[in-house]
Amino acid sequence: MTDTERAVTTLESDSIDDAVAELADDGLSGYNFAYLDEHTKREVRRAILKGIAIPGHQVPYASRPMPLARGWGTGGIQASLSLLGPDDTFKVIDQGADESVNAANIRRLADRTADVDTTSDTTNADVIQTRHRIPEEVMGDDQILVLQVPITDPLRKVDGSDAANRRRHAHKNYGRMWVHLYENVVEWGEIKISSRYPTMVAGRYLMDPSPIPRWDVPKLDDADNLFVFAAGREARIYAVPPHTEVEPLAFEDESFQVERFPDQSCDACGSDDTFLTEVETDDGRRVYSCNDTSFCAKRQDDPAIPKDHHRDASGVDWGPGTPDSEDGSTAPSGGDGQ
Amino acid sequence: MTLLEAEGLETIYGEPCGDCTDYTGDRAGTNQCPECGSVVACADVSLDVEPGEVLGIVGESGSGKSSVAELLALEASGDGQVDGEVTLAGHDGNLLDADYQTRHEIRTDEIGLVHQHIRDGLDLSFTGGGNVAEKLLAAGWRNFGDVRERVRELYAATEVPVDRMDDPTDTYSGGMQRRVQIARALATDPEVIVLDEPTTGLDVSVQARVLDTFRRVQREQNVAAVVVSHDLSVVRLLADRTVVMRHGEVVETGLTDRVMEDPHHEYTQTLINSVI
Repeated sequence: MTDTERAVTTLESDSIDDAVAELADDGLSGYNFAYLDEHTKREVRRAILKGIAIPGHQVPYASRPMPLARGWGTGGIQASLSLLGPDDTFKVIDQGADESVNAANIRRLADRTADVDTTSDTTNADVIQTRHRIPEEVMGDDQILVLQVPITDPLRKVDGSDAANRRRHAHKNYGRMWVHLYENVVEWGEIKISSRYPTMVAGRYLMDPSPIPRWDVPKLDDADNLFVFAAGREARIYAVPPHTEVEPLAFEDESFQVERFPDQSCDACGSDDTFLTEVETDDGRRVYSCNDTSFCAKRQDDPAIPKDHHRDASGVDWGPGTPDSEDGSTAPSGGDGQ
Repeated sequence: MTLLEAEGLETIYGEPCGDCTDYTGDRAGTNQCPECGSVVACADVSLDVEPGEVLGIVGESGSGKSSVAELLALEASGDGQVDGEVTLAGHDGNLLDADYQTRHEIRTDEIGLVHQHIRDGLDLSFTGGGNVAEKLLAAGWRNFGDVRERVRELYAATEVPVDRMDDPTDTYSGGMQRRVQIARALATDPEVIVLDEPTTGLDVSVQARVLDTFRRVQREQNVAAVVVSHDLSVVRLLADRTVVMRHGEVVETGLTDRVMEDPHHEYTQTLINSVI
């Protein structure tokens, strides 16, 4: 059907209501699979492949307008929808929660246009789109984590000029970022960058790991799964392939530190080895609770369940260790079971 | 053994017609080409610096001193057309043709530049200590304690109050900013440092302190230096040898004492008479 024919059809209706009613059955069948057209998906995949080939390098792509305001996860949706196939299961996290309005809407868009199964269980998902968290449960080599990115260049906080920053990346000239860390230590006694922690990928590119807390940064190192970072507003995609060396910038004598929650545990499940957020209850109490709600629910059923319960190999772990573990350290462990 | 050598340095702004250097310079009495209007900032400038030596470059404003300083420090500003050859002991070939990475490494480790304008040399939003530390961090220092210690040392050496090192640079006085720039240039123990108008905008007593400090540090660390100034007394105080420039060309070269006491070129004679 050409555009003209469709226009004529519309005019033949008696009223706008009738016209809408006529089109109601067309519904989403009028959309291509997974909302985006095939050329767009191919371009996004190509950018992802290039990002994988050059870990940490920001690859430009033609970010399309999405049925969502830029800055609300449009980059993440384009990457997710380009990666999803009909047999995949999709999970969306918004700062740890599956049930926020934004997460639910993105999940529903994928459900309607790509007809994929959706889940809130990290271990069941093939593709997970996330805003500002990496799940507590260890991901595997058959999973992809798509992170929404508001600001792609870690250097922008030390220099507003993207042109100058591109030159810095080209020459691996990260002196200014080091000065930023130096001044952080001078001011606070330790590096207190709360999110968007500058991170070296494969010893070459400095990367903005999106606004995940420091708690999640060690999970990027030598992980089994692929991480795809996508920014819609800035039209950039970058990636950390599986088993890539990812190192947060730090001084030899002022090491990288994750957030600490001394003497706190989750109010709902009792965990003390997860990333906690402080919340105020209705009766005005201040309590801590797990940020990752789906894992918290599992812990409420079985408080002893480890973060790698679903993995075949034992001792597969990621993220910070339990603060009161035998060696008493909160040192970040890699994905190789330290 | 010559440390830093420059041969036929030339910077032209505009679109040169090919004969610009013939129509400009000392004899022509101008640095702007009458044919095409291009400005010949400097042409056919050759000089050399021995290890530990201080070379002065004097001349009136617009005579090409800063253009030469930029070329020597491998910081060509970009829009001018550059020609000539700069060689540094220990490195093969013409450094002006070297790739960005090599020039960046040499600027970090071996040639320090103290800019004429504070804003070109320092980032005023960083702390003073951070500005000095940037040089060390760029050179690969990764131990916070070592960086702090080195910054403290350099502050003490250049007589900037050490307890001000964590204050923003824009709260520093002009003289302190100048000395922080010198501290920064010296941070990685370079072979040679280039000072472009080290005393601009400072009152006489602060000038004296900056120059005293520099002279002491230069002697103690035995670093070679190129001092560019329009002020003959600065060059007289610091330099072993002096180059006099006018309209983009070198008109006279010699030991500083000889140039000051027995100037040969007409322009140098005028310059010295007008000062003394």
